[in-house]
Amino acid sequence: MKIKSQKDFYSGLMFTAVGVAFAWGASTYSVGTGARMGPGYFPLMLGIVLAALGSLIIFKSLTVPTETGDKVGKWAWKPLFYIIMANLLFGVMIGGLPSIGLPPMGMIAGIFALTIVASLAGDTFKLKEVLILSAILSVGSYLAFVKLLALQFPVWPTFITG
Amino acid sequence: MDLFNNLALGFGVAFTAQNLVYAFIGCVLGTLIGVLPGVGPIATIAMLLPATYALPPVAALIMLAGIYYGAQYGGSTTAILVNLPGESSSVVTVIDGYQMARKGRAGPALAAAGLGSFFAGCVGTLILAAFAGPLTEVAFKFGPAEYFSLMVLGLIGAVVLASGSLLKAIAMIILGLLLGLVGTDVNSGVARFSFDIPELTDGIGFITIAMGVFGYGEIISNLSQSEEHREVFTGKVKNLYPTAEDFKRMIPAVLRGTTIGAILGILPGGGALLASFSAYTLEKKTKLKPGEVPFGQGNIRGVAAPESANNAGAQTSFIPLLTLGIPPNAVMALMVGAMTIHNIQPGPQVMTSNPELFWGLIASMWIGNLMLIVLNLPLIGMWIKLLTVPYRWLFPSIVLFCAIGVYSTNNNTFDIWMVAIFGVIGYTFIKLGVEPAPLLLGFILGPMMEENLRRALLLSRGDWSVLVTRPLSAGLLAAALLLLIVVMLPTIKSKREEAFVED
Repeated sequence: MKIKSQKDFYSGLMFTAVGVAFAWGASTYSVGTGARMGPGYFPLMLGIVLAALGSLIIFKSLTVPTETGDKVGKWAWKPLFYIIMANLLFGVMIGGLPSIGLPPMGMIAGIFALTIVASLAGDTFKLKEVLILSAILSVGSYLAFVKLLALQFPVWPTFITG
Repeated sequence: MDLFNNLALGFGVAFTAQNLVYAFIGCVLGTLIGVLPGVGPIATIAMLLPATYALPPVAALIMLAGIYYGAQYGGSTTAILVNLPGESSSVVTVIDGYQMARKGRAGPALAAAGLGSFFAGCVGTLILAAFAGPLTEVAFKFGPAEYFSLMVLGLIGAVVLASGSLLKAIAMIILGLLLGLVGTDVNSGVARFSFDIPELTDGIGFITIAMGVFGYGEIISNLSQSEEHREVFTGKVKNLYPTAEDFKRMIPAVLRGTTIGAILGILPGGGALLASFSAYTLEKKTKLKPGEVPFGQGNIRGVAAPESANNAGAQTSFIPLLTLGIPPNAVMALMVGAMTIHNIQPGPQVMTSNPELFWGLIASMWIGNLMLIVLNLPLIGMWIKLLTVPYRWLFPSIVLFCAIGVYSTNNNTFDIWMVAIFGVIGYTFIKLGVEPAPLLLGFILGPMMEENLRRALLLSRGDWSVLVTRPLSAGLLAAALLLLIVVMLPTIKSKREEAFVED
């Protein structure tokens, strides 16, 4: 059997898997009857429908021919990794990581970490330029979010501010 | 006249110095953020939502309305200038708008979009004011069965004109509904699908999904393309304003677009996308005047009509939100989120229990529109400069704004971990060619649908036929079915695909 549309095949697979997972999870809650729906009723129903739709999409992807084969194409691992890492680092900087004893480092450190790591996702990386950008973003964010909008952010590391 | 009394009350509320300032700030912020490539109205509102937390409810909603219009206009600006539709409804604007920009006519294109939107906004506001009252009466006749069917109609309406596969769009809606159910079940108190994580018992945050899927997913996908493909427009913009000839062509297109937009916007689920799409198709069907540029090569009508339709639809799509409490699209879903944060339950009771808020919001929408035109026409030149900022500076900034926006909603790093997960999921969606917008809509409607279905079935003692025996509910479901059948007809199917292909 040849896959006629890769994109459809894998998205169908995803929908089926997620549908089954939700339906299975829902069946562990009390399902109840139509007149007295339990917490599992609606998700079970939706999960089954989703799995069915997913199977239908898989079926179509195997039978309906497409011109190009709808290839999924190469994954952009580099941007994916750096963008997500940048985001996670920002979270670590703002909230700290108690499990390894890292105290919250505050927003400014977070902005620098995020900007530098995120910039690595691009085609070109010039450290000086990135540092300038980080500085501008730090000042801008401080003025906009902390001063103007008065959001509650830890701005500086807790071991400095106490 | 009731209508004028109500509007007068509204303008009385909106025309305080304080509220005008908020409307203005909202417009400025919305435009500034919305004009960033890749950041559509949804992401803009999600990002700026926390900025309104500290305000009193009326001021907050007024500012949000300003942000909404600003973001929408900013999004059109990016669509025209850099060929990047920030949202699904500006997909058709891109076709002719970008061609105009390439020919150095970005100014007239932007002006056409702005003026058309303003006119459409004025008409939309009047319609909103006139119909909100009577429609609220209808809303009180709605039982749980009707609500459920209406949401089905809304969701179906939202997918039929999404680009790409219908099956996948419906699957995305259901996935969204399921994600919406994560968290504590209001009826039994059971924490569903929360994996014993305390934060998840409150459900997944709407903003984390919106930011992860739309913000991060989009950036990662943008970065994976080589630089030539991103092709940012940096050329010189000639004459800023449309010529007399342009106006002559624009005006009928604007009128047609406004009419279509106002009608389609009222339908739940129709909203701006359906409106701009139909308006463009209609313009394409009309005969070209001698000497007119063909569609797809920079015809000003191809910008004016969908943009007016878009804005008229955006305006009238507040009707189902304010009268029924049902968000017709993802942006409105965010507005519901904003309202609930301020302890306002959107629905028919808002108008009676909180008339200042209701009419004030309507009046401020018009003010928002006016400010946009005042703000943007002279600034067209400046917006264009903003876009000459290299993408390598832009995307880290967007990532930062997303992260800050997500963190600030709850001051909780858990949301940052969640948005990372949804970023990966969002990129997967793009790779697999599934559109994320229906997911968002389903997500917001999930708990509401479950609750109404539960009530409807409880009243009917578990008899599902209640959905088709009550005439209003049956009518709504029939309309949903009709929509589905219409889209699946072969002739329409090919047309639908055609319209999304640049020819």
